[in-house]
Amino acid sequence: MTVLLQARNLRRTYPRPRTTLFQRPEPLVAVSGVSLALERGETLGIVGESGSGKSTLARMVMGFERPEAGQILFDGTDLNAVPARELQRLRTKFQMVFQDPYGSLDPRHSVGWSIAEPLRAARIDNRPARVAEALEQVGLNHGDAARFPHEFSGGQRQRIAIARAIALRPALIVADEAVSALDVSVQAQILNLLMDLQEDLGLAMLFISHDLAVVAAISDRLLVMKQGEVVETGATADVFASPAHAYTRSLLTAAQVAPATGSSPASNRKVPA
Amino acid sequence: MRRFPVNLVLGAALAGSVTLVALLSFIWTPYDHAAIAVTNKFASPSFAHWLGTDQLGRDVVSQLMVAARNSMIVAFVSVVLGGGIGIVLGVYASARGGWVENLIMRVSDLSLAFPALLFAIMLAAVFGPSLQNTVIAIAFINIPIFARISRGAANQVWTREFMLAGQAAGMGRMTLTFDHVMPNIAAAIIVQATIEFAVALLAEAALSYLGLGAQPPAPSWGRMLSDAQTLLYLAPQLAIYPGLCIVISVLGFGLLGDSIRDLSDPRLRRER
Ligand SMILES: Nc1ncnc2c1ncn2[C@@H]1O[C@H](COP(=O)(O)OP(=O)(O)OP(=O)(O)O)[C@@H](O)[C@H]1O
Ligand SMILES: [Mg+2]
Repeated sequence: MTVLLQARNLRRTYPRPRTTLFQRPEPLVAVSGVSLALERGETLGIVGESGSGKSTLARMVMGFERPEAGQILFDGTDLNAVPARELQRLRTKFQMVFQDPYGSLDPRHSVGWSIAEPLRAARIDNRPARVAEALEQVGLNHGDAARFPHEFSGGQRQRIAIARAIALRPALIVADEAVSALDVSVQAQILNLLMDLQEDLGLAMLFISHDLAVVAAISDRLLVMKQGEVVETGATADVFASPAHAYTRSLLTAAQVAPATGSSPASNRKVPA
Repeated sequence: MRRFPVNLVLGAALAGSVTLVALLSFIWTPYDHAAIAVTNKFASPSFAHWLGTDQLGRDVVSQLMVAARNSMIVAFVSVVLGGGIGIVLGVYASARGGWVENLIMRVSDLSLAFPALLFAIMLAAVFGPSLQNTVIAIAFINIPIFARISRGAANQVWTREFMLAGQAAGMGRMTLTFDHVMPNIAAAIIVQATIEFAVALLAEAALSYLGLGAQPPAPSWGRMLSDAQTLLYLAPQLAIYPGLCIVISVLGFGLLGDSIRDLSDPRLRRER
């Protein structure tokens, strides 16, 4: 397998609001010294408590924010060193699924319009056919393209968001808390959908969640974050079997999950619905 | 349960009837509004002249109707013109952010701090009184108002997740502005435009009252009012009619805009 995404020593801070007149407060370190590597077709789960910097990491990988230090290499290309046009082209290769299925679709546009958005940006023709194909890949009807987001449930909307993410046939999907806003039963359906798509399309996935049980169900490898830093990383089964860090152990206890999930990629993994 | 929307109904009724009368004046008025009949001046209301005639024997109803049309055209053109420029500046500021946004907003704050009517008077005084200059003056005072409101509304849209999704899709900020920001701020802008339309009607009346607006023979409520001023003891009704028309139209559009805003989005209520 070849490395698709590589992050080296990422760092990102945010200025804290001034509280005193004469002193600039220490900036808040959201992400510090984070490195990771993701191979084609592989799922890397990123887990950590709220505020541990998971979303900041995702935003940097997506190119929404620049890291202050470090590099992000996508297929060997440094995202922050290429001209804007080249980045635009690379964008077609990595897409994102967001947390809030109510906020990630513009209520003013039809579902088909939203799914076609990345296709328009990439100047791809025969968009209606591609939209229909994407809708069917996520288990919806091609006729749903003409409907509007408010006509769908949260789980269906998340399917639509996934359809938009895969419409360009990307190599990587970043999913930040993609199932956190959903009911537990719907969570399982969406996780299964993501795993199926991954298998069919050979997607690599950066799957982010504060919920260890969810991350464990879908990930080949885990990366545990705490206060902006990586405290542990390894194959999912290994981390579960022998967590090296006390923080990981506390997460495991909190999640109450048995270390049963195999680390073998997308074969016999299924989340009971 | 929701209270009966008195303001909405009243506003819609008043604004609607003024608009209808103005539209009607295109195809029909009882008389030629400028036809002078000195033998029949200061006529009392009658079947022939519903609201009587003025000091030159011109039919008052016909004049009021044509004046309604003229005022509304001035108000409409100036709000569309000033609003259009303001919206472009506002959404551009929001899309660019940083110092561009700061510069645009500071300049518009500055011009908002300047009394609007005074500015219009200044403009008319410098460039001469005319209908065109009235439009330009009123349009100008609308620019910062619309820049402000559309920038505020656009900033809210930019915080939504679908804007990030659009960026992830590879769309530029200007395309996103057209595709997502504009449709999502349209409602707020239409409401504001209705309110500013009322303000523009008032401004037009004030300017023509001061003789800086429409020039004779084009009738306007403001000038009818100032013409009637010298005859206040002789024929007070000639001042009352245009005065009422101004009140009805300004109140109508003001109420309409305010109540649509309150109904559509209670959050906007605080922003004035
Ligand atoms: N735009 C921002 N401005 C200032 N501080 C920020 C910003 N974004 C994130 N932070 C801060 O950086 C830290 C990491 O935030 P981040 O959103 O990456 O955490 P997270 O792991 O995704 O948390 P959650 O599970 O709650 O989503 C937090 O302390 C947060 O307050
Ligand atoms: Mg987060």
